[in-house]
Amino acid sequence: MSATQQVLGFGRQLTTYESRRPPWHIRLQGSDSTWAIAFLIPYVAIFAAFVAYPVVFGLWMGSSPALYGLLFTDPRYLTTAINTLLFVAIGVNVKMFLAFLLSGFFMSRSWWVRSLLVIYLLPWALPGLVVFTSIHFMLVTQWGLLDSLWRAVTGDDGPLFLVSTWMAMTANIVSYIWKWMPFWTLIFLAARMSIPQDIYDAAEIDGASGYRRLIYVTFPLLANIYLICTLLSCVWTLGDFPTVYFVSSGAPARTTDVLATYGFHEAFDFGYPNLGVAAMMSALPLLIPLVILLMRRVRATGVQL
Amino acid sequence: MSMALASGHKHTPPPLEGGGLGGGVGAASTPPRNLDPLRGSSPQGEREPRRRYRKQRLLRKGAAIGLGVFLLIWTLLPVYNMLLMALDDDADEFTGSIFPPDPDFSSFASVWNEDYWLMAHFWHQFGNSIYLGVATMVLTVLIGSLASFALSRLRLRRSWVVTDFALLTYVLPTAFLAIPFVHIMHKYGLSDSLWSVIAAMVAFATPYAILILHQYGKLIPMELDESAKVDGASPFQVYLRIYLPLMAPALVAVGVYALLLAWNEYLYQYLLLSSTRNMTVAVAINQFFDSDEAPWNYMMAIATIYSLPPIVIYFGLRRFMVAGLTMGGVKG
Repeated sequence: MSATQQVLGFGRQLTTYESRRPPWHIRLQGSDSTWAIAFLIPYVAIFAAFVAYPVVFGLWMGSSPALYGLLFTDPRYLTTAINTLLFVAIGVNVKMFLAFLLSGFFMSRSWWVRSLLVIYLLPWALPGLVVFTSIHFMLVTQWGLLDSLWRAVTGDDGPLFLVSTWMAMTANIVSYIWKWMPFWTLIFLAARMSIPQDIYDAAEIDGASGYRRLIYVTFPLLANIYLICTLLSCVWTLGDFPTVYFVSSGAPARTTDVLATYGFHEAFDFGYPNLGVAAMMSALPLLIPLVILLMRRVRATGVQL
Repeated sequence: MSMALASGHKHTPPPLEGGGLGGGVGAASTPPRNLDPLRGSSPQGEREPRRRYRKQRLLRKGAAIGLGVFLLIWTLLPVYNMLLMALDDDADEFTGSIFPPDPDFSSFASVWNEDYWLMAHFWHQFGNSIYLGVATMVLTVLIGSLASFALSRLRLRRSWVVTDFALLTYVLPTAFLAIPFVHIMHKYGLSDSLWSVIAAMVAFATPYAILILHQYGKLIPMELDESAKVDGASPFQVYLRIYLPLMAPALVAVGVYALLLAWNEYLYQYLLLSSTRNMTVAVAINQFFDSDEAPWNYMMAIATIYSLPPIVIYFGLRRFMVAGLTMGGVKG
C-alpha cells in the first residue's frame, strides 16, 4: 500500500493522462496488441469452454417447445413459479430495506457497535450448506432449538414449521434474509460513508434532522445504488438454490420448491435433464429484462459493480 | 440512531477497512465536525430542553442496545444450534433443550479419528476441499490479473467486448448453468474429477477478479508502465515487476473471494463429484441425509470443523474482503 501511495504522491492526475496519447503509442501498437491477446487467451479459453459452451448447450437442451407444454401442465411447476416470484419479491425487498436501515445503525462509531458489526457479518462468510442445514434442524421436529425456546417461553409445544406450506415458505425467506442481509448492509454502509459530511451540514442548517435527514438526504443520494443492488440481488435470487434445498427441502410435499430446486429434482432425481433446463429457462422472460435494466442503470449512473 | 450519526466523524473509513484498500472510496476528506448542534444552540439558562435531550439520548441508547442484543442473538442462533447438536452425546435424538445438558466432545474426537463409516475418509476429503479452494484461488488470481492487465493497460481495440462478457457472467445466476455443465463435463471426460469443479469455480470467479482489478488498477499511473517501456521492458516484465507488486492488496481481496467461493459453494461439488476418494467435505456432509442411520451429532461436528477455515479467513483477512466490496464489486 505504501508503494501505491508513494506512486500516487508524484503521479499525474489520473484524469489527465488518459486523454493524452503517449508518443510511442503508435510505434508499439502491434506488439502491445499481440501481448494483450496472449494475456487474454487463458480467460477467453475458460470463458468459451466453461461459460459460453454450457450456456449454448443449455439453450439447445431447452429449445424444444414440447418441453414447455409438458412444463406448464404440471401443477407442481405452477406452484414453483409462484413460490419463486414470492421468494424473490419478498425476500429481496425486505432484505434490502432492512439492510438499508441497519447500515444507518452501523454508522455509529461506538466500540460495541463496531464489534457487533464484525459478528453480524459472519453469515456472509459461512458456507450456505452448513448454516442452512443448521436452520433446517432448528425447525424440523418438535425437538428443534426453536421449539425448545418456544416451550421455555410459553410452556406449550411449538408449531411444526415445515408441515405448513406457508410457514415453510416463511422459514425459507427468513433464512435467506439471515444469510444475505449482512452482505448488503456492508454495501450500503460503504455507500453511506462516501456521502460528504458537508451535505448533512447544509441540510441541518435548512432544518433537516432526525428522520427527515434519512428521507430527504440519505435516501435520495443512495437511491441509485439501492436500485442497482436490488436489481442485481433479484437476478441472483431468481437462481438461488441452497436456501430452499437445505432449509425446507421443498417440504411439505414439494410445495415450497423454487425454480432452481425444481429443475435440480427434475434433472437429477427423475432423470429429465431437458425438463430441468426448460424449468430454469422459463425464468428468462423475467431474467433478461432485469439484466438489461441493470446494465442500463450501471451505464447511466456510473456505479461500479 | 440519528444522534449517533450526527456526532460521529463521517469521513473516517469504514470500521473494517482499516488502512487497507479504502483509497478508492470516499477518499475526499472533510474536516471533522467541531460543533455539536444541540448543545451549541441551546442557551445556558434553559434547563428543560437539556433534561429532555438527556432523556431522549438515554432512550435512544436503550433502543440501540436492544437492537444490538437482538442482532447478536439473530446472527448467532444457527451457529449456536450447530454447536449444540455437535456437543450432544446422543447420536440420533434431539435433546429438546436450550443448553447442552452435558457437553460432550466425543463427536469431535470421532471425526478426528474417522471412527464412523460415513466419515472414514474425512481428512482426505478435507484435503480435497483445501485443494479445490487453493487451486481456484491461484488460477483465478493468475488468469484474472493477466486479463485485467491486458484489458486496462495494453490498449487493445474492442477490449470492451471481453469486459462486457465478464460483467454478464458475473451477473448470471450460476445454478441455472448446472445441468448443461454436468453434461459438458461428461463430454470433456472430467466427470468425478476435482478439476471439473475447479474449472467451474474459476470460470465464475474470474469475472469478479477482472472487474475488481480493473477498478483498483486505475489508481496506478500509466506513467510507470511507460517509463518502464522506455527503459526496454516488455509488457510481460511490466506485468511481473510493476503491475503485480502494486496490485498486491487487490490480488489478496480477489484470492480470498475465490477461495471462499470454492469452499462455500455446494451445488457443483455435489453434482460433479461422486466417489468417496474424490468428494469434498461439503458432499460428504450431505451423505448423512441419504443414509438410514442419522448420527446428527457427527454431521454437525463435521459441519463445525468445515466452517472453521472460512471463519479464520474472515477474522484474519476481513479488511481485504470488505475492501474488495467497497472497491466496487458486489458479490457474496
